Order: sequence, then structure tokens, then C-alpha cells
Amino acid sequence: MLRYTVRRLIQLLGVVLVLSLLVFAWLRALPGGPASALLGDRGTDESRAALNKQLGLDQPIFIQYFKFLGRALTGDFGNSTGVQPGDSVVDIFVQRFPATIELSVFAIILAVIVGIPLGYVAAKRRGTWFDNLSVGGSLIGVAVPVFFLAFVLKEVLASKLGLPSVGRQDAIGATRVTGFFVLDGILTQEWDAAWNALKHLFLPAIALATIPFAVVFRITRAAVLDVMDEDYVRTAEAKGLTAQVVRSRHVLRNAMLPVVTTIGLQIGALLAGAVLTEKVFAFSGVGEALALGFERRDYPVLQMLIMVAAVVYVVVNLLVDLSYALIDPRIRTR
Amino acid sequence: MLQSRTARRRWLAAIGLVSVSALALSACAQSDRGTDSSGSGKVGGTFTFGAAGAPKLFDPFYATDGETFRVARQMFNGLTTFKPGTAEPAPELAESWSPSSDGLTWTFKLRQNVKFHDGTPFNAEAVCANFDRWYNQKGAGTSDAVSQYYVDNFGGFADGAKPSLYKSCSAKDANTAEVVLTSSTSKFPDILGLPSFSMQSPTALKQYDADNVQAQGDSFTFPAYATDHPTGTGPFKFGSYDKANNTIELVRNDDYWGEKTKLDKLVFRIIPDETARKQALKSGDIDGYDFPAAADWEGLKKDGFNVQIRPAFNVMYFGINQAGNPKLQDLKVRQALAYAINREQLVKSQLPEGAKVADEFIPETVGGYAKDVTKYEYNVDKAKSLLAEAGASDLTLKFYWPSEVTRPYMPSPKDIFGAISGDLEKAGIKVEAITKPWNGGYLTDVDQHVPDVFLLGWTGDTGSADNWIGTFFGNPENRFSTGKSPWGATLAADLKKADSTPDRDARLKVYEGINKQIMSEYLPAIPISHSPPALVVKSDVKGIVPSPLTDEKFGPVSKG
Repeated sequence: MLRYTVRRLIQLLGVVLVLSLLVFAWLRALPGGPASALLGDRGTDESRAALNKQLGLDQPIFIQYFKFLGRALTGDFGNSTGVQPGDSVVDIFVQRFPATIELSVFAIILAVIVGIPLGYVAAKRRGTWFDNLSVGGSLIGVAVPVFFLAFVLKEVLASKLGLPSVGRQDAIGATRVTGFFVLDGILTQEWDAAWNALKHLFLPAIALATIPFAVVFRITRAAVLDVMDEDYVRTAEAKGLTAQVVRSRHVLRNAMLPVVTTIGLQIGALLAGAVLTEKVFAFSGVGEALALGFERRDYPVLQMLIMVAAVVYVVVNLLVDLSYALIDPRIRTR
Repeated sequence: MLQSRTARRRWLAAIGLVSVSALALSACAQSDRGTDSSGSGKVGGTFTFGAAGAPKLFDPFYATDGETFRVARQMFNGLTTFKPGTAEPAPELAESWSPSSDGLTWTFKLRQNVKFHDGTPFNAEAVCANFDRWYNQKGAGTSDAVSQYYVDNFGGFADGAKPSLYKSCSAKDANTAEVVLTSSTSKFPDILGLPSFSMQSPTALKQYDADNVQAQGDSFTFPAYATDHPTGTGPFKFGSYDKANNTIELVRNDDYWGEKTKLDKLVFRIIPDETARKQALKSGDIDGYDFPAAADWEGLKKDGFNVQIRPAFNVMYFGINQAGNPKLQDLKVRQALAYAINREQLVKSQLPEGAKVADEFIPETVGGYAKDVTKYEYNVDKAKSLLAEAGASDLTLKFYWPSEVTRPYMPSPKDIFGAISGDLEKAGIKVEAITKPWNGGYLTDVDQHVPDVFLLGWTGDTGSADNWIGTFFGNPENRFSTGKSPWGATLAADLKKADSTPDRDARLKVYEGINKQIMSEYLPAIPISHSPPALVVKSDVKGIVPSPLTDEKFGPVSKG
């Protein structure tokens, strides 16, 4: 187990290094650059060249890369040029990552608390109108593009229900502790701040949750159907265990394996979905910074965030693999 | 059963651990709010404005972007300002000023009893401290990208690498400052109304190391003054910038020298997405935002919002690069292009209400505007015959247009390109369409003379003609490659001479003459249109005067 974890971590390091080179070279291969983004239509060729020189962007790319690596080793990943100009990208990440996590966690919770019970019930009542309706609904969930759903949610729900449609919180002077606004509000007992932040989470989380919800639902349904036909379930029922025990210990527990895998993979996909959702809802997370970074050719921000996204993806996959062991003892012993 | 009991115990332990750590955390997580409960965001005195991007910093001297300037305008005052709704200079921290007859020495009489937000008195010494600070920038501070407005308007720094417009400043008495320039220029003192040249507290500048800009890696870092301690004399003081929540809060300056604002707080909320800004206004999250897309104006008005249209203070032009297709060096060919483009139709169909055809490169509100310039009415036949005369009937042009951008003068580059290229084809000109992202190669290609023709424009900073045609053609090495023609250098020299003519009336006459020449003899590019940008606010918001310079002050704003 330990050796396995260590091997995976070393693998991770390799992935990060190769990826950093790729991202670095690839960003600089894009036409334009920070100089034209910074100077805009007021720039001249001369002023852009001077700026590139000052920023070291006129040097050969491998020299730039080694300088970057050297600084990165000391924890300096550069400063933003376009998203939050002048701020260290580490600070930007630290400020914005909690927003993305908060949003993703909320979305995944929504997806799971709706998806798993619904999947279970649909499987139990296979072929009924309830089953058909939920399967149809989940299809729509997968099919509707996030940007469209986000738009509709805002046009319809935000105005009708008075739910806020942009940002993470109104300017209510909340105290910042962890960067997770809901948690901060609870910790400092600024209940209005927590509630306000929660309201801001609602619409973007629904938009973000639709696809994971649909996937979780369908996998749960399929897995439960699978497990229900197993001999051990019949045996458990035959030896007179209560329906509740059969459900929780025999059916659900065994059906959860593929579901957990899916949730893990969905967390990776959520980060991708967050780029769009955050942009549409002006939710100041990592996704919004990525979108802005591309628009404004903010190399340091893009480098940092793309790398982090990749690392998160790999780490989540590792955690999923490890969690198998917790759920299924047979894997642990192997 | 045994197993499930251990499992349950494990769960209990986990829950216990979580609650203990939550308690521990909450013990060290104190609310900073104190007893003030007015911060609920719903107090009548908060005006929330939707910004399209994060301000670069809060020290306007180093700012180059509209987002920074908008915030700075509320916290700072200049020696001069602009009369609301116009581009004419007006007194602000200076009550009056007078130049010497050679236009080199300027004497400013200052307003008395003015204090900076940190209590430092505003006086002649403070004025000179500001001028000296600008002039004595070092290292990264002298970069075009950092001190762009200074470099554009004053030229070089104390290091002498480039000649500087500024020579010296002295305090004649507490309320009289004398500024000496190295040459006479039409820009002065108008430029002192630009946010970049706002008066900042000398004490705070020193205390927070304001000049310590560093080029680091592939970006710049700014000192604490610029990020957290901007200190001016304006109606609002800096409150906080909550980066995690993308909001900037300014608070009322109770010691403001002028009429104090009714608002308690002014909040800028950063919403980069245009549609998101519109929806935020509709759902009541913000009270207004800048630059609504022209296509939305009607809808917003119908929904009861107040779309305030600014006087047009920009120009969109059809750029011609004489270093491109060699035929473009022929005046007849350039005139043919001017006749071929149906600008009347373009303005009607592609630009917002209030837009006008541009007959020259400056709008009417800029001094030096000539009424009787050569006009090029739409005339395909004339275009064709001019092309034939020039032996260019088979003309093919590389026509560049930018994607991923809207500019106040160019709401939809793609549609504008479509209209113009259609017109050109009607005149028998072949168009090779090339598009590049604005920040992704378009601007660099234009300045590296890659296109034959292109779309671009300008938004003025001041009402001096030099800020417009001086910027375009003041150096023969420009994006139009006017240096390729013999008149390129003449035009540049004439512009320089005009700018340094001290007498205002004489100067405007010279500019009128140049504008006429540009349109008849040179035609280095074709001015297309002046289109008014707008801002939109809720109907109960009062006190905003739309400014051609986007110089709106929120101090007089009230709600309800």
C-alpha cells in the first residue's frame, strides 16, 4: 500500500515536470503576448519590444524556462500581468482556489444527494414510470450545455426568486478566515455573511451539478441493478435480514464501488465545467482566472493554474484508487 | 454486528474530531466587524458599479487602464479637471493658472484648506513633490508599460535618456506653485486633469515606498502604496479591496473640501463577462455598469434602465499601410478607397445611435476641428475611375480585422469588416481577409506593417488635437508608414510646430490647416466614424454626468 502510494507520487512529479515544459512552450507559441495585452491600442512596436526586453520575453525559450524553474524552486511562480496585475500567482491561487472548491463541493454534494437515492429508487422500481422519468431527466441533464443552463437559471431564477446572480458574496464586510466564505461566516458567527455566501452558491452550483448528477444517477442505477441480481443478496434476503440491512450492507455497499470511481472522475470534469460556470456567474474562482488569463495572455497565471489543475486531477485519481481499498477490503489485502 | 459497531464507533470518532477542530478554529476566528452593524450591504447609501476587470493598482500614476482610472477618479483630484460632460479644462485643486508669454512657465494658484486623506496639508510643496516624483522615476518606473501616460505626455525622465517636457517646479509661497517646461505644448495644462497626474499625499508616497516598482520575472510588482494605501484629496477614501470576492470598497471622505458625497460607500464589483453584468443589473446586484453593448441599449431602456450616452470622443479609422501594397503610396488609390466605402450606411447599420460619419480624424469637440475639409461622399464609379487612372484596377488588399475584442469606437469588428469589405469588392478591389485576436497578434502585426489595410481607432485623453493627430502622424515611423511618402516627414514637423505654438487661437488655426491638408493632400488613412459609448444605471440613480472622457465622478451620485 505504502509502496504503491509512493510510486504514484513519483509518477506525479514526472507528470508535473513534463507538463510544465509543455505549458511553458505552448503558451509562448501563441501569437501576441503580454506586451500587446498590457499596452493595448496605445502600444507601438518600439514600446512592445522594450517591454518584452524588460520582462525577459525576448530571450530564447529554454533560457526563459530554466529561469522560470529556478524561481519556481524558491517558490516564486511569477506575478500576474492581466488577471490581477502585479499579484503573485501563488496569492491569486490561494485566494481563488477556495472559491472553486466551495463551488465544486457544493455541486458534488447536490449531485450525490439527489443522484444516489434517485438511482437506487429507480433501480428498485425498474420499468415503472418513475424509472423512465428519471432516466429521461438524467439524459436531459447530460445533454443541456452548461452555458445555456446557466443563462436560463440567471434569467429566470435570479430575477424571480431574488437569488444573486454574480459574485460570491455581497460587499457586506465579512471577516475572512479560511477563504471558504460559508465556513468563514459560520466560524466567525457572522450568520448573515454565511447565508449570503450560500445564496450566491446556489445557482452556479445547480448549473455545475447537472452533469455529475446525471452521471452519478445513471451509474448508481446500473450498479444497483447489477448487485440486486447477485446471489449474496438473495442469500441475505433468504436468511431473513431486514430490508434495511440488505439495502445498506449488501446492495448499496457493493454498488458504491463504481459510483465512487465516477464521482472521482467527475471532480476532474467539474474543474473544467467550473471555468465556464465561474465566468458566467462572475464567481471569482480559479476557473474565472483561467478564462481571463487566456483573454489577457497572462502567462504566469495560466502556467500556474493549468499545472495545478493537472495535479489536482492526478491526485484525485490517486485518492479514488486508495479509497477502493477502504470500501472493498479484498483490494486492501492484495 | 461487531464489525458494524466498530464502523459506527469510527464514524463517531470522525464526527467528534471534526467538531473539535471546528471549535478550535472558531476560537481563533474572531469577527473583525466589531459592533458596527451597518455593513449589511442594503444601506441606502451604497452605490455598486459593475466593473469589467480588476484595476491594475490604485496609484493612478502607474495606471494605463480604464478600470484603474475609474476607481482613481473617485479618490483623487488633479490640479485641473474637466468641465463635467466636456473635454474643456476646469479648475480643481488649482483655482487658476497663467502661462508666461513663451508658454514655458506656468503659475498655479492653489485652493486653500485642502487636506489629503491622511491629514497631510495640500500646498505648493505637495504639488512640487508630485511633479518631482513623476520626473524622478527609476528602473522599471521608467518603462512605457508602467508609466505610459507620463511617457506619452511628458517624454523622458531625470535620467536624461529621452528629452523631458518637465523642467522644474518651485513653491513661490504656500499657495502658489510655479512649473517650468522645456517647450511650449498645447497639451498643458489639460493633461493635469488626467487621473495619472492626480495629486497624491507626499507623506503617504514616502511612507509606503510608492516608487518601488520592480520588473520581476515576466511581470511587474508594485509597492504597498499602490496596492493598499492610495491617498488623495477626493470625495472618497480607499476602503478595501477584497480580492477573494472581487469587490473594491471606497468610503466617504468626511473632510472633503468640496461638496461631500451623500453615499456612505462606493462599491466596484468586478464582473468580467458582459452578459453577466447585464443580468446583474437586472437582478439588482449592481446599480450600473460601463459600456453596455450597443445591441443591448434598446432592451435596457425598455426594461426601465437609464442608458446614458456619452458625447463621442473617439474615432474609428480604416488604416492604410503604405509599406504594404506599393500601390497604396498613390494618393489616387487611397482616395478611391475613401470613395468606395459607404460610411453613411455603415454608421446607420453597424454603429449605435448617436454615431456620426467622421470627416476628419478629430471629433467636433476637439480644438482645431476644420469645418470645410475635403469630403468623400460614397461614389463607386468615382472609385473605379480613380483606380483605373492609377493603373490599379486589379488591386488586391490584405485586409486585417481583430477578433476577441470590442472597442468603444468599434462595437463589432466582424460586422464592420464585413460591411467595408463588401463595399471594396463592389469597387472591383479584391479583399484577402485576415483575422487575428486583438491580443493574439493583431496589434503587433499592425505595428509591424504586415497588413495592407486594417481597422483601428482611438479614444481621446484630452481635447488637444495633438493627443489625436499628433499621436497618429507625429512620427513618420507610424503604423501607416507615412514616412514612405515625401510628405510624411513634413506632416510630422508641422504637427510638432503646431503643438508648440503657445498662443491658443493661432495654434487652433494651424491645426485646422493641417486637418484640411490631411484630408485633401495626404489621406494617410480614412476616418470612418465617431461613436458614442454609453453607461447604464438604474432609473433611481441621479447625479452622473456622462463625460466624453469617461471622466464620470460618482461623488454627486444619489439613489432614490
